[in-house]
Amino acid sequence: MRSFLAALGTVVFTACAAQTQLPAEPAAEAKAPAAAPARAPFSSTYRADASPPTLIRNATILTGTGTRIDGGDVLIENGRITAVGQSLSVPAGAQVIDASGRWVTPGLIDVHSHMGAYASPGVDAQSDGNESTEPVTANVWVEHSVWPQDPGFESAIHGGVTSLQILPGSANLIGGRGVTLKNVPATTYQAMKFPGAPQGLKMACGENPKRVYGDDDQFPKTRMGNVAGYRQAFADAKDYMEDWKEYDAKLAQYEKKKAAKDEDALPPQPPKRDLELETLAEVMRGNILVHNHCYRADEMATMLDIAQEFGYRISTFHHGAEAYKLADRLADEGVCGGLWADWWGFKMEAYDGIQENLAIVDHPEGGCAIVHSDSEEGIQRLNQEAAKAMTRGMRAGFDIPPERAIRWVTSNAAKALGILEQTGTLEPGKMADVVVWNGTPFSVYALADQVFVDGVLRFDRAKPAGKPWSDFSL
Amino acid sequence: MKRLCVIAALLVLVPAVGGAQDILIKGARVHTASAAGTLENTDILVQDGRIAAVGGNLSTPAGATVIEARGRPVTPGLFGGISQIGLEEVSQEEDTYDAELKLTAPAWQHMWRPEFDVTPAFNSRSAVLPVARIEGITWTALAPLAADSLIVGQGSAVTLDGRFDAAFDGSRSLFVNWGSAAHSASGGSRAAQYMLFDQAMSEVKHPGSAGAAALLLPEGRAAFASYLDGGRVVFFVERASDIREVIRFATARGMKPVIAGGDEAWIVAKELAVANVPVILNALNNLPNDFDRLGARLDNAKLLNEAGVRISFTWNESHNLRKNRQLAGNAVAHGLPWEAGLAAITASPADIFGIAADRGRIEKGKVADLVLWSGDPLEVTTVAEQVWIAGNPVAMRSRQTELRDRYLERLRSERGTR
Repeated sequence: MRSFLAALGTVVFTACAAQTQLPAEPAAEAKAPAAAPARAPFSSTYRADASPPTLIRNATILTGTGTRIDGGDVLIENGRITAVGQSLSVPAGAQVIDASGRWVTPGLIDVHSHMGAYASPGVDAQSDGNESTEPVTANVWVEHSVWPQDPGFESAIHGGVTSLQILPGSANLIGGRGVTLKNVPATTYQAMKFPGAPQGLKMACGENPKRVYGDDDQFPKTRMGNVAGYRQAFADAKDYMEDWKEYDAKLAQYEKKKAAKDEDALPPQPPKRDLELETLAEVMRGNILVHNHCYRADEMATMLDIAQEFGYRISTFHHGAEAYKLADRLADEGVCGGLWADWWGFKMEAYDGIQENLAIVDHPEGGCAIVHSDSEEGIQRLNQEAAKAMTRGMRAGFDIPPERAIRWVTSNAAKALGILEQTGTLEPGKMADVVVWNGTPFSVYALADQVFVDGVLRFDRAKPAGKPWSDFSL
Repeated sequence: MKRLCVIAALLVLVPAVGGAQDILIKGARVHTASAAGTLENTDILVQDGRIAAVGGNLSTPAGATVIEARGRPVTPGLFGGISQIGLEEVSQEEDTYDAELKLTAPAWQHMWRPEFDVTPAFNSRSAVLPVARIEGITWTALAPLAADSLIVGQGSAVTLDGRFDAAFDGSRSLFVNWGSAAHSASGGSRAAQYMLFDQAMSEVKHPGSAGAAALLLPEGRAAFASYLDGGRVVFFVERASDIREVIRFATARGMKPVIAGGDEAWIVAKELAVANVPVILNALNNLPNDFDRLGARLDNAKLLNEAGVRISFTWNESHNLRKNRQLAGNAVAHGLPWEAGLAAITASPADIFGIAADRGRIEKGKVADLVLWSGDPLEVTTVAEQVWIAGNPVAMRSRQTELRDRYLERLRSERGTR
């Protein structure tokens, strides 16, 4: 337990962005020919395999939009959902799955994983999640740490997880860029990268950065130090953006003079490229989404003020143990809460965690509650965690039917990652990321029977276990 | 006025004395966790803190509190696993953490302190206890915890009802790390763990034989010796080959081994069954978190149970002992029979830690540690409706419920004024 916590404490990802102009890859890229020239560095090479049309029939469907359909069907064609409803007709050549007595949901999405960066086995050689060498490492990208052979990916698909965001750890004030993946077997992370998904930026409040650095009498040692650190980083990035703006203006002037055959015209010197500030500039342009590890309500309020000061938005507060104290404000500002069902107390800033947190954050108009894992165990049973939180909410008087609670692990998570237009619900046109459960997913006995990613059956409980995805597990 | 004060004092004292009030739980689905199995529409009579009767249509003694279960399940109080609850308030705040002995002596000099016993450090008034208690967790095996240490120390099973003298007689155990968990504490090789154990045994038999290089102080020799005659020694060990070797080694030296962890125990299930060695496992471990657990799998509990091994569950998370029943539920989802899943967090750990005469089953004469559930006790959508420990109803409040109620109230009043 202690070693687990210690590992968490030092989990840090660094990231910084640069090459790709974000959002980098349009969804259509997935269909580009394999020999596409001039692929942007680090961009997605994920392509869904071909899959037969599939009709899942007579299931209890939770669409992820807040709707429940009893005795419903889901039609999958060409990797997409093409129809959801009752008594759909069977297209020619379609395989039919009789899901009587079973439940169907969108593929689950975890907004907080360190899979591949803190892989199993957790040997020193594979501890790649925290660039804890300086408090701001916005220049690192966690995807460059992701080991696709982590056996945890396959165990997560057994739990119905079809997409996940890998984040750097929380040792740093600004830990680096996160990456959203499709949960598929692959040799490279590029072949898992969710096409068109924006990158994330991991930021961390509170105890971890000040412990990692402050314990060695380095900056930051206090929460006020933390705040100075975030603000200086964004202030520097503002200057950096100005420098480039100035350069662009001079360049335009120069081009004009050159066109006018001005022989004295000299090209301007571009500013030195800074990978760290590039990332933060992309955040302020809205192209990278901020995922902010932050437990305490007062610190969340501080972070919202900083976001306002520099004109960026916070997508999600992660581990927000006290989010319930600020639920209305989070809803008003459109910020999601990535939360645990019942984990608390392992550190001071987690001391006020309560089991009704998710329900309270979910409750206001516009509330966006998300069950996240931050754990290779938790990611395998997000449905159970949601079930616990749903139960506690109902006991506290909230009306939380399954069709509402399923949003905590599907559409709300997709919204937080900027991929809601592609996945997260069962609606025509969306990626066919679909789970067929053996019954209600809100049960300790729930097991995913079949899991589809882009229409491809990636897990089938009825089939004898084949060779593992991971080379390591052979 | 004086008389009033006396009465008030008595009221305060009553719960501490324990179970003076008779309780009749009527019409429950009683999961006895004993050979009697599950009894439908059954009553439980509690008198003087113990179960006085279990049966149909028991008559109500005068003055008894009657609880209408209406078919809801009642189980024995649950085992929270091996934990440090009451030894830590906030895990990462070192001053609130008492589970680990950090020695500053030079390596090899008296590094073995089996006499270190965490039991007296248990804080029965910890704010963490009610969080577990109101979820039906009524007891735990309190253990020291130390990475990179071979002999971790001693602990005892304790009740979580809040009394000061919480340890159960006869439950004292020695906890030992084995395999890679104690790699650096055994000179960089797990092979040395056997060597060092034998050296310690020699020191017990021939005090002074090791001279200045002794592993044990006199107190340590006495403590260690007490486990060499059938004493319960809990080995935290994962790898199949290590488990097999530990069973042989410990049994031959007079110890009664218990395996904790045991991610690869299913591989040596037969040996465990033959040697009658129980396994306390984490039913959620299925990943090769290190090279000692390449064989971890979700049906470990099922396979061990089928082989006849006594199993229990541990999660080892002091703030979330309540998750232990979720472990049991998941083991059931992966093939363990339901009754075996319940026994693994009630009767079996009581057997393992030597407290089965009083606890772990719902039977006449047992201490009344009972939980009334809203539904299937192993289901995550079920909650504990009422918990009794030693016949006393537990106040179903914790710091967490206080926080919840404060903020729900605030939410309601803010809404009301908008």
